[in-house]
Amino acid sequence: MRFYEAVRLALSMIRVQKLKSFFTLLGVMIGVMFLIAVVSIVEGMGHYMQDDLMGKLIPINTFNLRQTPNVTLGGVDRATWQEWQRRPRIKEEDIAPVLAALSPGTRAAVVSQDNLMVESRYVPKPKQVDASNVTAPWFDIKKMGVTEGRVFTAQEDALGAPVVVIGTDVASYFFPSVDPIGRELKVGHIPYTVIGIAESQGSVFGISLDKFIVAPYNSPLKRLTNRHGVIDGIMIQSSDETTMLANEDAVRSVMRTRRKLLPQQKDNFVLETSDQDLEFWNKIKGYLVVAGIALPAIGLVVGAIVIMNIMLVAVAERTAEIGVRKALGARRQDILAQFLVESATLSTLGSAIGVVCGIGISAIIASVSPLPTHVALWSIVVSVMLGAGVGIAAGVYPASRAALLDPITALRAE
Amino acid sequence: MNNEIEEAPLSTTAERRAVTQVAGVAPGQEWAIVARGLKREYDMGGEIVRALRGVDIAVRRNEYVAIMGPSGSGKSTLMNLIGCLDTPDAGEYWLNGTLVSDMSDDQLAHVRNKEIGFVFQTFNLLPRSTALQNVELPLVYAGVGSEERRARAKEALERVELGERMDHRPNELSGGQRQRVAIARALVNRPAILLADEPTGNLDSRTSEDIMRVFSGLSDHGQTVIMVTHEPDIAAHARRVIVLRDGVVETDERKETFHERLTAFGSSVVG
Repeated sequence: MRFYEAVRLALSMIRVQKLKSFFTLLGVMIGVMFLIAVVSIVEGMGHYMQDDLMGKLIPINTFNLRQTPNVTLGGVDRATWQEWQRRPRIKEEDIAPVLAALSPGTRAAVVSQDNLMVESRYVPKPKQVDASNVTAPWFDIKKMGVTEGRVFTAQEDALGAPVVVIGTDVASYFFPSVDPIGRELKVGHIPYTVIGIAESQGSVFGISLDKFIVAPYNSPLKRLTNRHGVIDGIMIQSSDETTMLANEDAVRSVMRTRRKLLPQQKDNFVLETSDQDLEFWNKIKGYLVVAGIALPAIGLVVGAIVIMNIMLVAVAERTAEIGVRKALGARRQDILAQFLVESATLSTLGSAIGVVCGIGISAIIASVSPLPTHVALWSIVVSVMLGAGVGIAAGVYPASRAALLDPITALRAE
Repeated sequence: MNNEIEEAPLSTTAERRAVTQVAGVAPGQEWAIVARGLKREYDMGGEIVRALRGVDIAVRRNEYVAIMGPSGSGKSTLMNLIGCLDTPDAGEYWLNGTLVSDMSDDQLAHVRNKEIGFVFQTFNLLPRSTALQNVELPLVYAGVGSEERRARAKEALERVELGERMDHRPNELSGGQRQRVAIARALVNRPAILLADEPTGNLDSRTSEDIMRVFSGLSDHGQTVIMVTHEPDIAAHARRVIVLRDGVVETDERKETFHERLTAFGSSVVG
């Protein structure tokens, strides 16, 4: 008997017994639904982490030379933390040798940062913001543009001009009713002129990324963000991944030489990449995916047991039919195929409904909660294959019982 | 019991020869069925029941045979063997020139599909399928494509005068109509023998007559028909009646037509 005949037969069986089929499918359906939903959450988080979060903090093909990682998604154990604290800071005199070691065409920006109190004459209360002094390429590396005004130039940086580019939150807080461009913002009693408002950087986990001010590296802010001669790091953006690896090696060897590290000693600085920061997330994601598969697996096992039961009942109910089919020339494999296809069709249908429900749930989660979701194509493929697999696995025993029925005995059953 | 009973009486010389020859050569195309020394035993909870104790039967093509006998005579067992639903413990069974008594289950399934058309007492139609789908079923297992299947199933239904009720399900048909559907299903794959097991057992006498007319018509058109029944007036429609008792053939009587006698004579002279 041809495959599609068997499928058609199975579908007609399901159509005749709608309610029974529905309950049979429930286990598989729920299992698959949760699989799709959980995977969509995990994938959504992953995309969010990778594209939005890390993309904003550390741009593509970029690494930061720092004392310790800027972003620690995973929490750090005590020993590591203590080791980090003992490390020497990155110094201003490190800048020139590091920049000299980079491949041509590489962008680099020096960064020094702290949270500082800022005040303006338009608002009575000062407020703490994320204040950085950076060299001019920083804007290019971060691909940060302005909605109003302009960013500062290399000349302004060289001169140490007291100008700032501010985030939208800073703009709206300190200049509630006036245009901030050309106005003054005081940091540590030194006035800075606002020259630009940066494009909104969005938020991470509900925390705004727009509460910042950026001044030229050599501006007076330098004295507030770090001790004299000390910087937080150098942000280095290569043209492509290969160059980035070469640059990493170059910077590492420069830094190790400068710090006179012996070959067996570990780096006492960090070349922080987004991949490194995402490592922890990937670990969590692994667990989540396993959980996202293990929980629905329970549903699928229950579904399989239900399907096996229903198929055993079906074989018992249709013993006479099996007898007739055998009398009319059905071979064992025909009967086996008929029942296997029936249970596989049943559970594939269940998983298809589950996929639809799962996508629905994921859409609902995305719209009512801050959790980003992203339905992964592979989870749909896996679900449908799991559905068929569960059906076949659950159908093997009932179907082989049907196939092995003696035609005479089967015919006598009524 | 008496061993001599196992020497079955055969009515014609040609049959006797056919049966005795099967040990050596395959019977020719003239014979639909040749069975020799069929034995079948069942183990019923430790007690061995000897359902068939050496049955010899030869049925020519185009014959219309009724197999009778009281319950326990072995007629159901014989029918199962003839229908290739079961295999004998001993003896040989040639169906349409092929030795089938040693075949595997799947080979038997193939033979049932190609050579045997079953008509059951309880009709045994698939309840959820239409008449047409029921008739198509043997063709499905024969691997016939859907269009040809449909055409042949229609044709078979028209032969039993059910052309207008093709799309009805069994529960929308009368008993007689259901049995006609079953007959159409039995015929659709052009089997060597039509094997009916108490075909009128669930029908009233008028409908029974109706079905019997269908059988006679098929026989007149050259279809070999073997019918198992315990009703003498149904068996009377057949042209030959084999009576079983205690697992052996008790009598084998035929109402030969002049034509049949002539061909029997001819073959005995030539053969």
